[in-house]
Amino acid sequence: MEQEVSQQEAQQERRVADRDRPDVDLSAYGRELLHEMLWSMLLSRRFEEKCAEAYQMGRIGGFCHLYIGQEAVAVGAIRALRSDDYVFTAYRDHAQAIVRGITPRAVMAELFGRVDGCSGGAGGSMHMFGADVNFMGGHGIVGTHLPLAAGVGYAIRYRGGDQVVLCFFGDSVVNGGPFHEAFNMVAKWGLPVVYIVENNAYGMGTATDRVASVEQLVTRGHAYEEMHSERVDGQDVIAMYDAVTRAADRARDELRPTFLEAVTYRYLGHSMSDPAHGTYRTKEEVQRERQNDPIATLCDRLISQDLLSQEEYDRLDKAAIAASEDAAEFAENSPAPDASAIYENVYRDEYLGGLDRRDAWR
Amino acid sequence: MAVVTYREALNRALREEMERDDSVFLIGEEVGEYDGAYKVSKDLLDQFGEWRVRDTPIAENGFAGLGVGAAMAGLRPVVEFMTWNFALLAYDAIVNSAAKMLFMSGGQYNIPIVFRGPGGAALQLSAQHSQVPDPWYANIPGLKVCAPATPADALGLLKSAIRDADPVVFIEGELLYNVKGEVPDGEHLVPIGLADVKRVGDDVTIVAHSKMVQVALAAAEKLATDYEIEAEIVDLRSLRPLDTDTVITSVRKTNRAVVVQEGWPIAGIGAQVVDDIQREAFDDLDAPVARVSGLDVPMHYARPIEKMIVPSLDHVVNAVKHVCYLD
Repeated sequence: MEQEVSQQEAQQERRVADRDRPDVDLSAYGRELLHEMLWSMLLSRRFEEKCAEAYQMGRIGGFCHLYIGQEAVAVGAIRALRSDDYVFTAYRDHAQAIVRGITPRAVMAELFGRVDGCSGGAGGSMHMFGADVNFMGGHGIVGTHLPLAAGVGYAIRYRGGDQVVLCFFGDSVVNGGPFHEAFNMVAKWGLPVVYIVENNAYGMGTATDRVASVEQLVTRGHAYEEMHSERVDGQDVIAMYDAVTRAADRARDELRPTFLEAVTYRYLGHSMSDPAHGTYRTKEEVQRERQNDPIATLCDRLISQDLLSQEEYDRLDKAAIAASEDAAEFAENSPAPDASAIYENVYRDEYLGGLDRRDAWR
Repeated sequence: MAVVTYREALNRALREEMERDDSVFLIGEEVGEYDGAYKVSKDLLDQFGEWRVRDTPIAENGFAGLGVGAAMAGLRPVVEFMTWNFALLAYDAIVNSAAKMLFMSGGQYNIPIVFRGPGGAALQLSAQHSQVPDPWYANIPGLKVCAPATPADALGLLKSAIRDADPVVFIEGELLYNVKGEVPDGEHLVPIGLADVKRVGDDVTIVAHSKMVQVALAAAEKLATDYEIEAEIVDLRSLRPLDTDTVITSVRKTNRAVVVQEGWPIAGIGAQVVDDIQREAFDDLDAPVARVSGLDVPMHYARPIEKMIVPSLDHVVNAVKHVCYLD
């Protein structure tokens, strides 16, 4: 027991050690970008609070994994991309989808299973897609999308393009096969992919350091010599933005992939069916992590450097709440898919024989 | 008409399609410098270079998934598995990613990819290297599945598979690579989802695919010679979509059917064919439909036992005699 406590303390210390934020002058980033990043984080947060409400009201079904607490990772990383770059993520995908440019309305309608959803209501919470903004999904099997991201990287090099693929995934992925298979190919062939592990300390209810043989996940990247691996404070949107900016340049200019370990924290349960704390982590731990909130700390920094006023913040927050309300209202009024859509999108080409032939009497 | 091997026909299909469309590329273990474990990709590396003929590490899930991603970005990958036994490690990429991407993205991302390689038993390769993967893939909506029996069909179906907008699982017969047959000289395409009558007859319908078509053809000669039974052989060629119409048309004519498959019996392809026959041609049948399958055990190494497990000419002849009430 004593050993367990000291292990927890050691883990906590490691996580906190990443958060010594240099007192950098943020004005160099420009008010527009800074406000934009704050807005994106607020919108993600308020949107997901609305999701939790809608889930409890039975409007959203199935699994629903919320991102609250981790917003700086998605926002800092995606804002560092060009519009023709690509984004992949796992099933905790609502914030990434919105930050990349799918409208809150289309994401909420997808969560509600309606025709105006960004995947036509066929995918739900875990499968957001947006081809017009190169948002490549929303993948539900742990680790499955890492080789897919490598494939888009392969296609970019095949055609001689200079786009970059950004691929988010959770900390459990680093212990599985697809992680290493993808990393090896990307490193060996010089594919322009930036992998970001969002280390939120738990794979569902299992503490990362109970199942990973390395203290820091970034260590895993060091096995791949051509890959640049780096640990980033995932609660600092500026640090994320800087790290991904450098990584994207490295991919474009040097054809060198990057692995970033973003140290972050999820405030709520693994999904809506889990409590925020209880069996595997304490209330005190969650409260302590909330003191390091990525939105609040950015606000403090911006206000202290005269880059944001309280009034501006209030206006942004109000707008984020309004956009989330609007999204929910839009989703509520969007129709469910018609039964005639049941065999749609199983195949792109005409399907000989008919999928429905054997069920003719139903 | 040239006479070529099944292997050469596949090689020609790859070359023609890679020449026609520069978004087509081949990826897999040993496909480049080694010319393919079964030499299907012979000389392609020299002609097309390493970005279009890519040797991979032994990491099936990884390179199959890479193919799916490349297809999402608009390329047309042909992913070679050295054998379908190894593709079990890539099942997630094929089933959860390739087959469902178009659907779960609401129609935004189709996956024009071909997964190909040899399936079925060869000779004394024992349990892990001798199995028929057909139903594992034919069961999955979103996939198409081809299993050609002749060089001409291998050529025409592979070309169609490469041009298809959806993922195609292309199962070659490991013991068919050296089989020779006539192949048309010009452009030759065989549509996916269309069965083919390989032998015309009035007395019984034998339904088969892949290597079992060759077994059925030999059985039919024996049946004609020894029993004056003229068998009609329907080669399914594609397992999904399954061309039920051609099967039913034949059964309505012959009134008897034997369904042959190399793989295990439970939930096999033959079970689906029998279901289609009983549903659509029940009143035309003069006898219950018979099935010939591989025996329901992992493949033995010992040659005499292996020969008992894989369906043979004699098994097919006996099944035909059974539905003709001659046994």
